[in-house]
Amino acid sequence: MADENGNGKEQKGLTGVLEKVKVDTRALKDKAAEEIKTYKEYDRTQLYKSVFRVKHDETPRGRALGILTNVFLHLHPAKINRDAVRYSYTWGMGGISFYLFIVLTFTGVLLMFYYHPTKGQAFRDIIYLEADVPFGKLLRNMHRWAAHLMVITVWLHMFRVFLTGSYKKPREFNWVVGVVLMLFTLLLSFTGYLLPDDQLGFWAVTVGTNMARATPLLGHEGPFGPQLGMNPFNDVRFALLGGSIVDANALLRSYIWHCIGIPLVISLFMAVHFWRVRKDGGISGPAPVMLESEIKEIKRGAVAAPIKAGGR
Amino acid sequence: MDWHQIWEIASTPDNVPIVALLFLVPFYTWYAFRQARANDRLIGELEASPELAKSHHRKTFPFRPEWTREVHVWPYLLRIEFLAAIIVTVILMIWSITLNAPLEEPANPNLTMNPAKDPWYFLGLQEMLVYFDPWMAGVVLPSLILVGLAAIPYMDENPLGAGYYTLKQRKWAIAAFCFGFLVLWLTMIFIGTFIRGPGWMWFWPGQTWDHSRVVFEVNRDLPDLFNITGAWGKGILGAVVMAIYYGVAGWLVHKVITLNEFNRKIYRRMSFLQYLTLQFFLITMLLLPLKIFIRHAFRIKYIWITPWFNI
Repeated sequence: MADENGNGKEQKGLTGVLEKVKVDTRALKDKAAEEIKTYKEYDRTQLYKSVFRVKHDETPRGRALGILTNVFLHLHPAKINRDAVRYSYTWGMGGISFYLFIVLTFTGVLLMFYYHPTKGQAFRDIIYLEADVPFGKLLRNMHRWAAHLMVITVWLHMFRVFLTGSYKKPREFNWVVGVVLMLFTLLLSFTGYLLPDDQLGFWAVTVGTNMARATPLLGHEGPFGPQLGMNPFNDVRFALLGGSIVDANALLRSYIWHCIGIPLVISLFMAVHFWRVRKDGGISGPAPVMLESEIKEIKRGAVAAPIKAGGR
Repeated sequence: MDWHQIWEIASTPDNVPIVALLFLVPFYTWYAFRQARANDRLIGELEASPELAKSHHRKTFPFRPEWTREVHVWPYLLRIEFLAAIIVTVILMIWSITLNAPLEEPANPNLTMNPAKDPWYFLGLQEMLVYFDPWMAGVVLPSLILVGLAAIPYMDENPLGAGYYTLKQRKWAIAAFCFGFLVLWLTMIFIGTFIRGPGWMWFWPGQTWDHSRVVFEVNRDLPDLFNITGAWGKGILGAVVMAIYYGVAGWLVHKVITLNEFNRKIYRRMSFLQYLTLQFFLITMLLLPLKIFIRHAFRIKYIWITPWFNI
């Protein structure tokens, strides 16, 4: 009896459980079907909202928020002058320089995986990179040509900014920051030149740093250098190379400046540069032309009074 | 005509950027000047008719009052930036697939490369070494170039031409910058790349690089012309000549600064400090073409000789 009862109970229990599971499954299925419908409106899900914070749609508000709520895009204003998007005005050179910097950082980090900044190993690493690493040659080529291209785009950017008079009030300081950025672009390129440790880099850096011997006051062959006690082992060239010749220490210093020191500094200056573009009122033009008759009289403090018209 | 030599120089992978510059710089110069001329025509029209000047939107681009003045960055600017990034990436990809970065033999201090050249963007400085001692060409002048560039916004008191291309309104500023950038900086780089061969000697395009070539060129110093041999005499003569140069060049620069009514108007706006700074940088910049000239015309190497430095 007990067994039967037990059996009966079990059977009853089992069917009951099965029944319950069935009902539950059906309910769950309905719920899932219901939920899937809501997922079709993906921009209302918690996940989407947590990532993108606001709705992005084709409304003016949506477009503005798309720029303003995105950390990568918020350097842009939400709206710009309709003529400012013309290629003929900016030539796109500043933006392309920045893009090339990103390309160089990306390829540069990948190159660092395959490179040891030590004499003897460095050159072999380049050979291995070109011969054994998948796409190694492409990687190195891209890094090199992007670097050359960046020098060109930075110069053309400066040329454009000068020709459009974009350095004028209130953008004077940002021009200065730009000059510093140009210097660091050249220095980045120059420090990278030595890293393959081949004849080309070695002699280029030898020629380049030999000029440092002649630094006035601080170089052992420069004006007044010897009089101040400079010799090949304590002057500014020694500090640059970590020695009196281009050797292992120079390679290491070059590497550290190239991969850590200058990128850090140039990033800071870039941040200031971009921020100032916004703070100084966005890009300078194309502005409405101003006529000579509209020049306003200059206001100046008492310190620097305008000179009297000496030239008749 | 040694075409092979030309091809060898032009196709050296690291020289490709300069070959690119040969096309890019003239193109963008033309592109800028074309817009400048269009703006100058508009300025001329507006100056001729004050009525038009009041109502005109003052750009060469089309505009109608019913059009919005501003557009959304998303998508109108972002799509351009995206497109630019793609184009640059494609160019880089093709360039990187078709042309290999140079790799020479391992560095060897005992085997001097001849010619031993800096990277192309520093060849202007290396070319200056022909005319100046390293302390000037390698340290002082590059520093002055940077400081001078940085000082431009603080010396230029002309309020016109901010934010648009123009030649008419900024004639002298643009002339000075183009002289420095196009004529001095870029030309020196082209010379350093295409002309200078072994021993940093002058080889015309198409002339074969002769490694055993010897040039019998005797350079003199300025005091030699006057048979001055004493250190004091040389030092004083050089100082006097330099002072005369700064005086004469300063007078010429002043003539340009006060050339016409408009220039004088800008000049009156300048403070004394601004004027002196502008004078200093312009005179110093002109020192380079002057030294190039007297080297080639009179074979004079140094003007000013002292026990510590020579110019």
